[in-house]
Amino acid sequence: MTRLERRNLRNGLLFISPWIAGFLGFELYPLLMSVYYSFTEFNVIQPPVWSGLANYHELFFDDPVFWRALYNTLYFTAFSVPACLAASIGIAVLLNQKIPAMSVFRTIFFLPSIVPLVASSVLWLWVLNPDSGLINMALKQIFGIEGPGWLADANWAKPALVLMSVWGIGGAVVIFLAGLSDVPPALYEVAELDGAGPFRKFWNVTLPMLTPTILFNLVMGLINAFQYFTQVYVMTGGKGTPVDSTMFYALYLYRSSFFYLRMGYASAMAWLLFIVILAATVGVLVSSKRWVYYHGD
Amino acid sequence: MATNRFHRYAAMAALVLFAAIFIMPFVWMLSTSFKHETRIFPPPGEYPQWIPRIDATDAQGRPLVWHRGQSAVDLGADEKGMHRLLENGREISVAAADIARRERIRFYWENYTRAFQMMDFFQNLRNTLYICLMATLGTVLSSSLVAYGFARIPWRGRDALFVVVLASMMLPYQVTLIPLFAVYSKLGWVGSFKPLIVPYFFGVPFYIFLLRQFFKGIPEDLSAAARIDGCTEFGIYARIILPLSKPALATTVLFQFLFQWGDFLNPLIYLQDDRQYTLAIALQQFQSQHESAWGPLMAMSTVITLPVILLFFLAQRTFIQGITMSGLKG
Repeated sequence: MTRLERRNLRNGLLFISPWIAGFLGFELYPLLMSVYYSFTEFNVIQPPVWSGLANYHELFFDDPVFWRALYNTLYFTAFSVPACLAASIGIAVLLNQKIPAMSVFRTIFFLPSIVPLVASSVLWLWVLNPDSGLINMALKQIFGIEGPGWLADANWAKPALVLMSVWGIGGAVVIFLAGLSDVPPALYEVAELDGAGPFRKFWNVTLPMLTPTILFNLVMGLINAFQYFTQVYVMTGGKGTPVDSTMFYALYLYRSSFFYLRMGYASAMAWLLFIVILAATVGVLVSSKRWVYYHGD
Repeated sequence: MATNRFHRYAAMAALVLFAAIFIMPFVWMLSTSFKHETRIFPPPGEYPQWIPRIDATDAQGRPLVWHRGQSAVDLGADEKGMHRLLENGREISVAAADIARRERIRFYWENYTRAFQMMDFFQNLRNTLYICLMATLGTVLSSSLVAYGFARIPWRGRDALFVVVLASMMLPYQVTLIPLFAVYSKLGWVGSFKPLIVPYFFGVPFYIFLLRQFFKGIPEDLSAAARIDGCTEFGIYARIILPLSKPALATTVLFQFLFQWGDFLNPLIYLQDDRQYTLAIALQQFQSQHESAWGPLMAMSTVITLPVILLFFLAQRTFIQGITMSGLKG
């Protein structure tokens, strides 16, 4: 190593030293401890007691709430992620039409996504109120329909949360708008010369050109949906009611650790969650080779 | 082309409709926050009111009603259900069916004062601001230093370590949550602000990534010239790179501040005394204790939301650029 190389190495490590310390202390050590805790009985107050695979065994064979939580989370993910993707693509395409006052519209769609989650959850509790909420009142007065009990009804609680999640698509809309501005106008001109109408242009030009952006938003959406917590904590007082219909994975994990003080059990849950998220992400990335189109690369 | 214009109008109409739906909850929140508690739930069969109203009264506080298009004072009903009215100075008796309630617009600010008193608002605001400022300061200082080490100095193993930074972003927070809680409780930090601030002084992977991208775009000649002038590596970082990176630093400050402002899980776990609560936690606590106090609840939600909306209007460009940066280069 030359003197310059040595100096660069020293300086480089010096500059990143906060991260190295943080990585060892706040990431790597907790990561390893988490593996260890998942094989123990641990309540933080007393030292952990080794219990082998007992936590995993209980999760798989003796805990219906765990399976319920997993089902609820998959249900929410399966409906919320595609609904949010479709809505954000639709709105971004509409916003991209060189429309007057575009920035006003963009602001309106973006704002809900930066509201603190606690505030938007409290607001939606009120919007979804079965008697006097905005939605049921509108259903009654515009369509004459008696609206469902939403969060008070075990069958409607999850759809209510899916509906609310669509309100928060602002970030994805902005990202799709940036993706749309990268589509070369020449492609549309060629499509028009071939006699393509707006729907054909959308289907055969816009959508394929957006696939890299869709991939990004899909992966982020999946990761966030699997960890869905704050909204459901606020809206059900941390209980996942009615009858466990909104007991989501992250909420059950929180309850196991900080309510029942079963830290070892919750650590096992955390690892299973990590595996589920990893599998879903890898699955999407592998499949993306077949449906993502990279223009010009 | 006529069809083209038609499509434009159709798109415009759809946008207006969707925008109206998206903004409605905000308007509803504001409207409810100014409603008197007797007016939050509309009487059966009546439309919800968007503009807050209360029953109109005369100077002595007696209710006013409409009777055949005339305003009258309602003196109350007798045992037969007939209302005695004071109309144009004369007292008359009419059937209840002949009179209509008279209302006037009134913004009921008391929801805000009630919410402030019930929540120890200013203490919660102080806590929130303190945590926001400290954590943001830590994030910007440490992440920019680390990003500089990854972007502007060539050293062996640099790119391999950067992959570790990126990989650590993939780890769900649930995995480290419990061991960190165990560590902090051993250190005696649970019930203090430390777990919400100290970790941010060790670099945050997302912002390290964001700032590194930006630093890499600054011409290398600037650093080389400074080195020839005898500038130290830290001097280049502090006096050349940072001043040239204001947009990326602004994005970092803005996003981190907003994250802390609305953060829920960490304060929920680590703050145990209501004197320490942040606004987000205080609002949730308030909600769980006063489930149907919709007036004060909407007032509080408005108060927490308003600074975010103001920030957005002040820094709209930074927002949009930041979101785009994180989205497209991710």
